[in-house]
Order: sequence, then C-alpha cells, then structure tokens
Amino acid sequence: MLRYVFRRLLTAIPTLFLIITISFFLMHIAPGGPFNMERGIPPEIKANIERVFHLDEPVWMQYFRYLGNLAHGDLGPSYILINFSVAELFAQSLPVSIRIGSWAMLLSLVVGSAMGVLAALRHNKFIDFFIVTLATGGSTLPTFVTAPLIQLIFGLTLKWIWIGGWHDGELAAAIGPIVTLALPQLATVARLMRGSMIEALNAHHIRTARAMGLSDFSVVVKHAMRGALLPIVSYAGPAAAGLVTGSIIVETIFQIPGVGRAFIDGALNRDYTLVMGTVILIAVFTILFNFLSDLLYALVDPRVRYD
Amino acid sequence: MTDAVAIKGRSLWIDAWNRLKANRAAIISAVYLCFIVLLTIIGPNLTGHEFTTQYPSYVRVPPSLEPYPKAEKLDQEIKEIITRAHLTLKEWKQEGGRFLVSVTSSKPIDDRVTRYLDRSDSFKDGKVESKSSDGLEMTMSASVQHLYFFFGTDISGRDLLTRTLMAGRVSLLVGLLAGMVAVTIGVLYGSVSGFLGGKTDELMMRIVDILYALPFTFFVIMLVVFFGRNFMLMFLAIGAVLWLDMARIVRGQTLSLKRQEYMQAAEAMGVNSWGILMRHIIPNMLGPIIIYVTLLVPQVIILESFLSYLGLGVQEPMSSWGVQISQGSRNMEGASYLLIIPALFLTSTLFALNFIGDGLRDALDPKDR
Repeated sequence: MLRYVFRRLLTAIPTLFLIITISFFLMHIAPGGPFNMERGIPPEIKANIERVFHLDEPVWMQYFRYLGNLAHGDLGPSYILINFSVAELFAQSLPVSIRIGSWAMLLSLVVGSAMGVLAALRHNKFIDFFIVTLATGGSTLPTFVTAPLIQLIFGLTLKWIWIGGWHDGELAAAIGPIVTLALPQLATVARLMRGSMIEALNAHHIRTARAMGLSDFSVVVKHAMRGALLPIVSYAGPAAAGLVTGSIIVETIFQIPGVGRAFIDGALNRDYTLVMGTVILIAVFTILFNFLSDLLYALVDPRVRYD
Repeated sequence: MTDAVAIKGRSLWIDAWNRLKANRAAIISAVYLCFIVLLTIIGPNLTGHEFTTQYPSYVRVPPSLEPYPKAEKLDQEIKEIITRAHLTLKEWKQEGGRFLVSVTSSKPIDDRVTRYLDRSDSFKDGKVESKSSDGLEMTMSASVQHLYFFFGTDISGRDLLTRTLMAGRVSLLVGLLAGMVAVTIGVLYGSVSGFLGGKTDELMMRIVDILYALPFTFFVIMLVVFFGRNFMLMFLAIGAVLWLDMARIVRGQTLSLKRQEYMQAAEAMGVNSWGILMRHIIPNMLGPIIIYVTLLVPQVIILESFLSYLGLGVQEPMSSWGVQISQGSRNMEGASYLLIIPALFLTSTLFALNFIGDGLRDALDPKDR
C-alpha cells in the first residue's frame, strides 16, 4: 500500500512538469504581454518594468527562472495587481472556491445518492421515471443556462437569494452558486447510483439477506448500498476536481471572488504568473483527488488491492 | 436439404433501424432536430428581417403575435417625430389606412420634413397632402409600417426570432464541424495505435494519458485569449480537446477486431495495413463512432457556448446561442424573454441530441443495455 502511494506520487511529478512546461511556452509564444496594453507608457519605463520582472530575458531563461522559483514554492508576483503575489491572491480566492466546491460536492453526493437509491427501490414506478427525467435534465443543461435561470427565478422574481457577490459567504449569496455547481454532478451521481443500485438489489447476496429475514433498512443500507457506492467513489475524484474548473462560469455569473474568476481575469489581462499559478493549482487538485478516490476505492471494496 | 428456402438475412443495420424505430423518444427527437436544422437554414430568410437590422423605435419590445406599432403607442410616436422635426403638432387622424398629420410652425415648412416620418420605424411612404400658401401649415400623410416581432427584439432593436435562428445555424455548424475534427483525429489516432500495437501503441496511449491530465477548459481559454478571437482557431481548439475519448474507444475496438479470423484472412491474402484499416477496421467501428458523434456534438455546442458566454467565442454581429444567453442573462431584468428564448432553443436541441445518442446506443449496441 505504502509503495503504491509512493509510486503514484512519483508519477505525478512528470505530469505536473509537463503541464507547467506546455502552459508556460503556450503563453509566452503568444503575441503581446502583460504590459503591452497600457497606453502611454514611455518605452524606457516599460523597459524598466520588464527588466524588473525579467521579461526582457529569452523565454528559456524565464522558464528556468520560473521553475527555480517554483521549486522554492514561490509562484511569483502578480503582473497586474502589482502589490500582490500570486500566493497572496490564492490565499484570498482559494478558500472561497473550496467552500463553494465542497458544499456543492456534499450536496450532490448526499442528495444524488438518495435520489438514485429511491429511484432504484421504486424501479419502473412513477418516482423512478420522475427522478430519471430530472437527472437527464440536470446533466444536459449547461451551467451557463441554469445559473442565469436560477438568478431569474429565485433572485429576481421570488427574491429568495441574492444574485451576485459573495458577502463573506452569507447563505443567501452562497446558495445560488452552490446549487448551480452541484446540479450537473447531482444528476450524474443519481444516475450512477440508480444503475448500480438496481444491479445490487438483484444480486444473490441481497436475496440471501432478505431470505434470512433482515429488515429492509439493513438490506438496503448495509448490504446493497455498500457495493453500489463503488462507481460513485470512482466518479467523485474527477468530479471534485471538476468542481473547481466548473466554477469558472459560476464564479463569473454570480460574481464570486474565487479561483475561476482569478483565472479568467488573469488570462484576459495576460497576467502570466497568475494564469500559470491557477493551472498548476488545478492540476495539483486533479491529481490529488484522483489519487484519493483510488485509495477510497480500496477502502470501500476490500477486493481491490494495490501492491 | 436442397429445397431449403432462401432466407433473407437481416443485416446489422436493418436490425438497428428496427430497434431505433421502436424508441419513441429517439424518433421524436430526430424529427425535432430535423425541424430545428431546417428552421435555422431557411428560417432567417422567411422572417422578413435581416439579422443585423436595428429598429431604434423597437428596442427590447416583448414578444407579440400582433404587429408593431401598437395602436396605443402611435400617438406618442407621432408626437416624438414631430418634436424631432421641430414642428408643432395640430392634430392627427386615421383615414382609410393612412395617417393624416397636420402641423404648424413659426417658420415656413420644408417639404422634406416627411422624411422624419419615413425615418421612423412605424411609418412609410410619407407624402405632403396640402400646404398653406404661407408655408406655415402643412398636412402630411403616411401609412403605418406593420412589423412582426414574434420573439420581440434584443437590446439593439434587432428581431430576436431572426437572430435566434441565425445563432442556431452557427451553434449547430460549430458543433458539427468541430465534432468532425475531433472524430477524424480520434478515429485515425486510435485505429493506428490499436492496429500497430506494441511499442508504438504504448507510446501513443501514454501521450493520450498525459493529455488527459491537462486542465483542458483552461487550455482552450488560454489558446483563444492569447491567439486572438479567431473562429477557425476555436474549431481547432475544441476539436483538439475532444478527440481523446474517441481515440481511446477506437483503440479498444481495433484491438478486439484485430483478433478476428477474417482479419487474419485478409492479412494472409496480402492486403496491406492501410487497406485492412480502411476496409475492415474502420467500417466495423461505425456503430460506436456514430454513437459517439451524437454525444460529442452537444458537448461541442456546450463548449462553444461556454466560450461565447465568456466573450471569447463568436463575435458580433454574428451570434450563437451561447452569445445570446450571455446577453440575455445580462439584460434579464425586465426582459426575461431575451434569456429564456435562446435557452429554450439550446436546451431542447441538446436534449434531442442526447435522446438520439441514447437511442442509437441501444439500437447499435444491444449488449450494452
């Protein structure tokens, strides 16, 4: 097990390295730079600014300088928000994204599995049909459609929620983005859970459990659900990482100062270091969550062994 | 044994078609999709509006089956026109389909003031009916120009119906073309990798694994932002992002097909690799490929709309459903139809494509049920 953990972490390094390299060169071979857009800077001043940030050096030198700094854990200063380092910007935006993301994850896992189990227990009845329809809708509707619709219905018409801003995580402000972010995941979890639960309920060991006179609750929760949770576990890893990516749209629409917003602002302003930082952050999250989900898989299903 | 009746075989495709016909959701979706496609192709020419024409008098008017201008708005409209022409309105009345407007002024009136009537979106062919001898009083006539805005107009006063259909044309076209790019790359890459096998396969699949690890939404955004908002580039970016799944599916299929006897027979008969690939492997994979395409097109449409929503996709005056939803959501206060109408078009199309995809999967791959 320990060897497996070690090996997984070791293979993550070349992947990360590659992501950093591709993003770095992609950004630097593109025309324009962070200081090209401001009009009216005298050339000498611009040259000075570029020298301070080492932008006058050849790209490969900048690349190695960046890698060197990164090895010391330094993501560099933001080029646009001059007084902030990228790490400081993340210290502000990451907690916001994580808070929304983890609530959305929790919501979609709990509600999604509950809906899936319910649909499976009432297989081919009305409630099953209803849940399947909802789930199809939830996974088909893109976020940029559901978000404004939620704003329109619950914000502008019913006035239950606020349609923009973060307000330090006030419930009325946070509920919109959380629900929007959770909906597609919730739908997928419900579909997966329904499918695997239907299969699990038809399995021999469930029939045995019923024959032995176990209560319905015990059969469903202790015996059927345990096996049925496996696809959810392997889905949850990439999904958790995807929540951070999916937050680009949600954070833009609901004006939430999270990582997704920071990335968009950084990209639009050619804030090289901020964009690089975000890409690295997302990559680390993806690798980490995939890894955790694989580990969890082994815990849920003892048949899975890593050597 | 000799008089055995020749049994007409049922091919895979006839079987699949029969199964598909039984799937009502898929058939309704297919009909609906054809309807939408036809509508976006010929619709914009039938609405009577250009998708770029702006009607300053009708900015953000709500959807209506009755023609504009509304009768109760005419009074205000005429007053505004006369004020714009620096004249004083004496009276106006309706007479046999034409409007008679009497005006006075402190200075002699030029005949060309009728242009103020023509220039407004509510009236056409303005004429001078009579003029007093000192030129201080005049009666003009004009007929009402009836315009229909079934879906209302957008914030620039353009017909939303025409624009929604034009936008649909763009969205569907992008979906289809970029989908094709992705499928072509994926099929070629996957089949070559699976067919050649060995070290080459290993290497090619490692590359796919690595590409999988890249945060692609971010990459597409970076590509589009840093290399300019170019339509072609968007195709390539989207196509380049979405071919990975296709490549994996095709590789797996190729590996299993390669073990079949007829494949060995072809090899034994001296057909070269390219021939086997084109004649046996790719045609045998058409089922999974078709399924994947129908599931890919909605993904592409969503990705394009996502980029357009962020302002990185299709640029004005062209539009796509993503652009429209983005504009609609910015103006939904007081004009919710601007958001709801394109959203309905987009989601119904996505639903239809998904149902067709599911139907095809059930029809072509009965094992997978």
